[in-house]
Amino acid sequence: MSRKVPEERYRKTFSYRFKAWLEGTKDPFLGQVEMHRQEAPPESGEERARRERDEETLRARVYDLEHNFEMRIFNRVYRVFSILFCIFLVVMLLAAVSDLPAFGRGENPVNNEVAQRYIEEGLEETGAVNIVTGMILDYRAFDTLGESHVLFIATCTVLILLRRDGEEEQREGRDNDRLYEPKDDVILQTAARVLVPPILLFGIYIILAGHLGPGGGFSGGAVIGAGLILYLNAFGFAKTERFFTARTYRRTSFCALACYSLAKSYSFYTGANHIESVIPLGTPGAILSSGLILVLNICVGVVVAGTMYTFYVMFRKGGY
Amino acid sequence: MAFVQNFPFMSILLSLFSGPLCSVLDGKWARRVNTAVIAVIGIMSAFVLKHVSAGQPYVYRMGHFSAPWGNEIRVGTLEAFMACFFCAVMLLCMLGGIRERAAQIEEGKQNLYYVMVNLLLCSLLALIYTNDLFTAYVFVEINTISACGLIMIRQTGRTFEAATRYMIMSLLGSGLLLLGICHLYAVTGHLLMSNIKEQVQVITATGQYHISLMVALGLMSVGLAIKSALYPFHAWLPDAYGYSTLSSSAILSSLVSKGYIFLLIKIFYRVVGIQAVRESKVVNVLFVFGIAGMIMGSLSAIKEENLKRMIAYSSVAQIGYIYMGLGLATDAGAIASLYHVLSHAATKSLLFVAAAGLAQASGGSDRYGDITGAGFRNRLAGVAFTVGSLSMVGMPVFSGFISKLLFARAAVGHAHKMLPTVIALAVSTILNAVYFMKTVIRIYTIRPVEPGREGENSGSGGTGRQSTGGIGAVSAIEVAEAEILSKETGRTVRLLEEPAKAAALVCFILLNLILGLNSDPIVRLIQGGIEMFE
Repeated sequence: MSRKVPEERYRKTFSYRFKAWLEGTKDPFLGQVEMHRQEAPPESGEERARRERDEETLRARVYDLEHNFEMRIFNRVYRVFSILFCIFLVVMLLAAVSDLPAFGRGENPVNNEVAQRYIEEGLEETGAVNIVTGMILDYRAFDTLGESHVLFIATCTVLILLRRDGEEEQREGRDNDRLYEPKDDVILQTAARVLVPPILLFGIYIILAGHLGPGGGFSGGAVIGAGLILYLNAFGFAKTERFFTARTYRRTSFCALACYSLAKSYSFYTGANHIESVIPLGTPGAILSSGLILVLNICVGVVVAGTMYTFYVMFRKGGY
Repeated sequence: MAFVQNFPFMSILLSLFSGPLCSVLDGKWARRVNTAVIAVIGIMSAFVLKHVSAGQPYVYRMGHFSAPWGNEIRVGTLEAFMACFFCAVMLLCMLGGIRERAAQIEEGKQNLYYVMVNLLLCSLLALIYTNDLFTAYVFVEINTISACGLIMIRQTGRTFEAATRYMIMSLLGSGLLLLGICHLYAVTGHLLMSNIKEQVQVITATGQYHISLMVALGLMSVGLAIKSALYPFHAWLPDAYGYSTLSSSAILSSLVSKGYIFLLIKIFYRVVGIQAVRESKVVNVLFVFGIAGMIMGSLSAIKEENLKRMIAYSSVAQIGYIYMGLGLATDAGAIASLYHVLSHAATKSLLFVAAAGLAQASGGSDRYGDITGAGFRNRLAGVAFTVGSLSMVGMPVFSGFISKLLFARAAVGHAHKMLPTVIALAVSTILNAVYFMKTVIRIYTIRPVEPGREGENSGSGGTGRQSTGGIGAVSAIEVAEAEILSKETGRTVRLLEEPAKAAALVCFILLNLILGLNSDPIVRLIQGGIEMFE
């Protein structure tokens, strides 16, 4: 015995939609997903020919190809010399490498008191179970301080190169962005909804556990940056800009780098002046241990995540 | 430990901290912070210099772990003096280029310029003070990227191309340097300069790993030579210095390349040991390239039609001098090179600022034809340019003379290199005189009658348009060029129209005179500093 269901209500049920999808009579994504085909910017044949001719003429004028004697000579001997030079370089470097101490032998010069102390006393002196983290953030923290500023200055250089400042230019960037990237992709959004939280959590875990196991600020920050980029791709700029803009980036990275600089200034100053540091090392293996390393890892992670995300945004749209 | 001994560490951290700080400030405040930071660091370095010249050089432990395990910096008289001098030159370069920066850099990106400058200063200080090869490498990276930013912040096609070239060549240099450091680490097991030197002495005594050691030395020398634009690797230089904004050109030519040279001298003396360097053939390569650079750089400068690019090519020649001095591989040669580092830094930035002043009086154009008589229209810039030119040529009273004298004295009595050095010095001096005096005469020549000039300009523009008629973009270029030419090309610049630039020029002239007239204490200081390296 079956109850009669009105046609209209039946059409709304899951089983009907499933059946329709199975039979191929209706595509559930049709009309739901904005689909753009990527197209080359419109350009007529004539325009293109002119552009190419202009480039050619410009090149000829810049290098003065007609009268540039040096350039002609250079072009002729360049191939010969480059091959000879490469062969010379290869032979020289191979000779040097074969002269180096064999890999992994115990009596190699690199196995000296430096490595020995890192391995034997690293845990006790830095409180970090992960010796590598102990090395880069405590023994040789000055190098890592420089390294995190390398990332920061790289972002600044990309900002100089790609950021669009004018109102007009920004709108143009937005429009172009809409041309090339499909929006509101249900598949991507669903996947991102599932994936992004674990990715971010995992990144945070890698940063926080940097002194306890493999990981640290650089790798964790990269994971978080990847998560943010996935979120941006799925949901578009309108949503990400609610919590992450250029201003946020500038402020967070400034705070992180300032925190790093100040923390390390303190430890450099006390270390050099033989003052006992008041920061406790804690119990090795506990999450709150190993002195400043945890804080520094968080700072590095924030900088790295911001750098990755900013690179992506700058190359895609030129501003946010 | 005396409190003043903390100053080198504080100056590195202060400049490092001020970089990110400038990124959150607006352009105006960033400029103030930048000026203050450079001035404070200069003063601190002067105190450090006073402290170490009375006593011994000292090492400063960066953290709670001493030398081979942790990082450390080392401070001697030469390091402190270099830091102080670099700060002074940088401050004057920044002062001299305020107007150009305001005009050529986008409003929203002004603060980023100061981020670059602060981090550049930080990396220079770290290169000067570091006692650890890997720390040096990290700060070489910062130096490279910030220099790139300084070039392309004036956003024109030319600077983008120049920055790309600079990036490629400079990264190649960094790569070679890193490879050299790796080799050295593999055979010595250390990164700290003093420890490497001990180990190098041990392995040279036993004769082990000889090839690796020489390859490492070669890779590091060539890497740093590429980065400081030694002659055959100089192709990136003229565009990078010629088209970037004034402060960038001045800082790049007088400081950035000098930081690498200072690092190379440190590697020679404190890492490999000058004895081993002298016995290797690597220095001969540097010597030959240096001499080639002295001649070829000057020849290119003679051919150049653009004032700023001419000064840039002259840098190639001057870098050649410095490498020639290093190539002698004697203490006297190194002293002469270091003195020339100072002299060139003071003179080249003076020339760049003066050239900008001349261009300002010539309708913004620094083409050769347009600056005729500019010395009358902007008198201070004219005088400053003349002083800089005379110094570069090597007239007594100015700093260039002393460095040429020191080079000649270093060469006399050298076993094989005396004759080539002295001949190259003589030839190069004549070539320098050709292009600098030519320019000085031009800026003090009264311009020929205006109507004839007008006719000539429109004539050249007209023929250009006829011969290339029909091609849209090219005729647009012709029109633009004709516009530049026919623009009002002269106006008188009053002495105090731009006080900052005037002050910078006067200070640069004074610096030049101090280096030229009071050279003995400075030479003694450099000598003492090099002895402290041992």
